[in-house]
Amino acid sequence: MKLFRIRGGVHPDDCKALAAEQAIVDLQMPELLHIPVQQHIGAAAKPVVQRGDSVRKGQLLAHSQGAISAPVHAPTSGRIVGIGNYPAHHPSGLLVRTITLQPDGEDRWCDDLPPPMDPFNSTPDAIAERVALSGIVGMGGATFPSSVKLNLRNRYRLEKLVINGAECEPYLTCDDRLMREHADQVIDGIRIMAHALGVTHTVIGIENNKPDAQRLLHEACARFGDIDVVGLPTRYPMGSEKHMVQTLTGLETPARALTADIGVVVHNVATAHAVHRAVRHGEPLISRVVTVSGGAIGKPANLRVLIGTPVEDLIDYCGGLTSTPERLISGGPMMGQLLPGTRVPVVKGSNGVLALTATDVGIASEMPCIRCASCVDACPCGLLPVEMAAHARAGDLDGTVRLGLTDCIACGSCSFVCPSNIPLVQYFNYAKGELASRQRAQHKQLETKRLAEQRTARMEEIKRKKREAMEKRKREMAAKKAKAAAAPAERSAQA
Amino acid sequence: MNAPLVSGPHTHQARSVSRIMALVMLALLPATLLGFYNFGWPAITLFAVTVLTAVLAEAGCLLIAGKPVRPFLLDGSALLTGWLLAMTLPPWAPWWLGVVGSLLAIVVAKQVFGGIGQNLFNPAMVARVALLIAFPLQMTTFVGPQPLSSPNAPSFLEGVAITFGDEAKLDAVSGATPLGHVRTELDRGTELTQALNGYYAPLSASLGDTSGSLGETSALLILLGGLFLLFKRVISWHIPVAMLATLGLLAAVFHGFDPTRYPGAGFHLLSGGALLGAFFIATDLVTSPVSARGQLVFGAGCGMLVYVIRTWAGYPEGVAFAVMLMNACTPLIDHYIRPRIYGRDRAGQPMVYDVQSGEKS
Ligand code: SF4
Ligand code: SF4
Repeated sequence: MKLFRIRGGVHPDDCKALAAEQAIVDLQMPELLHIPVQQHIGAAAKPVVQRGDSVRKGQLLAHSQGAISAPVHAPTSGRIVGIGNYPAHHPSGLLVRTITLQPDGEDRWCDDLPPPMDPFNSTPDAIAERVALSGIVGMGGATFPSSVKLNLRNRYRLEKLVINGAECEPYLTCDDRLMREHADQVIDGIRIMAHALGVTHTVIGIENNKPDAQRLLHEACARFGDIDVVGLPTRYPMGSEKHMVQTLTGLETPARALTADIGVVVHNVATAHAVHRAVRHGEPLISRVVTVSGGAIGKPANLRVLIGTPVEDLIDYCGGLTSTPERLISGGPMMGQLLPGTRVPVVKGSNGVLALTATDVGIASEMPCIRCASCVDACPCGLLPVEMAAHARAGDLDGTVRLGLTDCIACGSCSFVCPSNIPLVQYFNYAKGELASRQRAQHKQLETKRLAEQRTARMEEIKRKKREAMEKRKREMAAKKAKAAAAPAERSAQA
Repeated sequence: MNAPLVSGPHTHQARSVSRIMALVMLALLPATLLGFYNFGWPAITLFAVTVLTAVLAEAGCLLIAGKPVRPFLLDGSALLTGWLLAMTLPPWAPWWLGVVGSLLAIVVAKQVFGGIGQNLFNPAMVARVALLIAFPLQMTTFVGPQPLSSPNAPSFLEGVAITFGDEAKLDAVSGATPLGHVRTELDRGTELTQALNGYYAPLSASLGDTSGSLGETSALLILLGGLFLLFKRVISWHIPVAMLATLGLLAAVFHGFDPTRYPGAGFHLLSGGALLGAFFIATDLVTSPVSARGQLVFGAGCGMLVYVIRTWAGYPEGVAFAVMLMNACTPLIDHYIRPRIYGRDRAGQPMVYDVQSGEKS
């Protein structure tokens, strides 16, 4: 298949050898599971259990709220010991609403799991509904509810399903392992999604540093004519949805649009696997594979982990920390986020826990920009990071936006290559935060104005009514008076 | 909004400013060593004085500005500036030319603008142009090669003496560069072929066996260094290619038009600072545009100006002027020529597709 070139990109050392040959192992049952009710983009789920309830594995703990949301299920059987606030899987470590489950060790499935489906004799709607009920979200890290993406067929004319097996972030090998160990299940999940989307062609994109996964998936899908496995050049950010679609189809997704606008939907391989489990076995999304790696990890590994397991359990299983990590992050080193500590739970979007040493990180102290244009060459979005950062640093938010802040995908390629170690992405993230709060403030201002106007209008209305009522009364009085004045005259006339 | 303290990426490419500077110096080394060999001890002394002054001036400025001296000195940019300046000086020039030049480059052209990354003009070229205007005689007194191994080459002590003011010796051996000679002869009305006779041979121009600035004479070694920088991705091809192509094209056109008056492309490309300028000076990161298309415009502008100045203006060599003029245009170029943003057309509007797929109406 012909591939198309994309602009920019970088070649970080992939460091995948650390964990690539470690087969997926199940992590032992943790003592407590902390399951946040919001592990996805959209509205938080609403708890349907109470403290003290006994639950079974797979039982609904919180149901989804609104159009873009996802439910949360019990990863094992046990007792709900608390519904309260717990540090989030986020750099801020903010306290978020979390259901705490104490496993009883029996790991008993609940009896009313939805029955296995025959997807190819089911309607797309039924499949999408099953995916929605199973709490499946984009497992590449984006955590967008998958059913919403499957329902895009209602609004867009779709032609192609692209499966993202690029795994372009260094260190991460969880998708690689999943493809190698469960190729048939992954392919089945992909076919189910293709059926649900009504597309006729599916392409699985896998970077060329994963030849085994390429071969195994190719073998697994050879008997279905409509799936292609395509080797992608190993270049970060190949896994960026829009860039991957462009590499495979040559079509560029317009700014502010979805890939669906050009007829393509992208799903991740781990999501495909979860869809397979949900549709064929009725199992909701209660566990995922996480790569634990980095220079400060004793024995890097790929673990199948129940959602809600504390990160420290993963690290302990992997031989603990061999040194104090310079950075402890969730996700890959390019776009991952700092973890506020090791107590935080694994969530549906966690694909990696990395403990990086100072050597792994390799970021020296910041020096002035030398206008070397490395960042410009590296940016896959055609932006001028150097100029954007200069405007952001000067506090000129409008200038930053004019230069394309909203087109930045925060891939980090620019910071990665900057010889002066300027934290460009940090400036952009800050500016994006400012922009969001400004928009919120503007929205609020408009809203306040609208309310004020409404109130004035209401007051006017009341005044007007009062005035009218008064006038009416006056008229009536006047009429009465006139009547009264006329009456004695009549009387006297009669007398 | 709770802005996260540290954003990704949490890893970094192993390339720092000092590494970039070191690579450039490595690329300059062969041509420099040949310059040392050809022009002997006076050249070596002058080089040392120039570079040393540049580094000391940088340190002094940093101290005064209250900036940390160590990290900024270690970035190697001052060393490189001094080096590049020395490359463009007449090899037997007096010591103070190097000192004044380095001070101009570092203090006036760089630190006054705010230090590394802030300067509008290429510091080495500012110094060179200023020197050329202030000291035209010293800046255009060239010597022919006196290889270190040859019997009449000055010894170490003699070399130091020449650099530090023994002008008698200098007068005895001075000679014009091919560019300068051709210019004078043409102005006198001599035919070009005659003017070139004995002054220009492509082979000696490539190998550096000709009179000229300390490090500019060997086209071949400079080209080699430039290719090394391209290979190492320190520079991109856009500026050198655009500059040399424009210069070569203009030369070829005019040469075709009147071969007795206008030297051909080979002469222009191999002589003087054309190659050094294209690979090492116009490509200066700080003072050239950041986008690829901007770099093409910039390079083409440099090439054109070099030709115009060499052919019609008052100076036989135009690289420094050309680069400086284009440096002045860099902010403008960067403002108007930007890469196309992903998903948008050149005007910045989201792309529109006219295909069957997409939103159902
Ligand atoms: S990579 Fe860094 S030093 Fe180079 S232009 Fe961009 S911000 Fe400046
Ligand atoms: S983080 Fe933004 S500006 Fe930097 S390379 Fe990625 S898209 Fe470009």
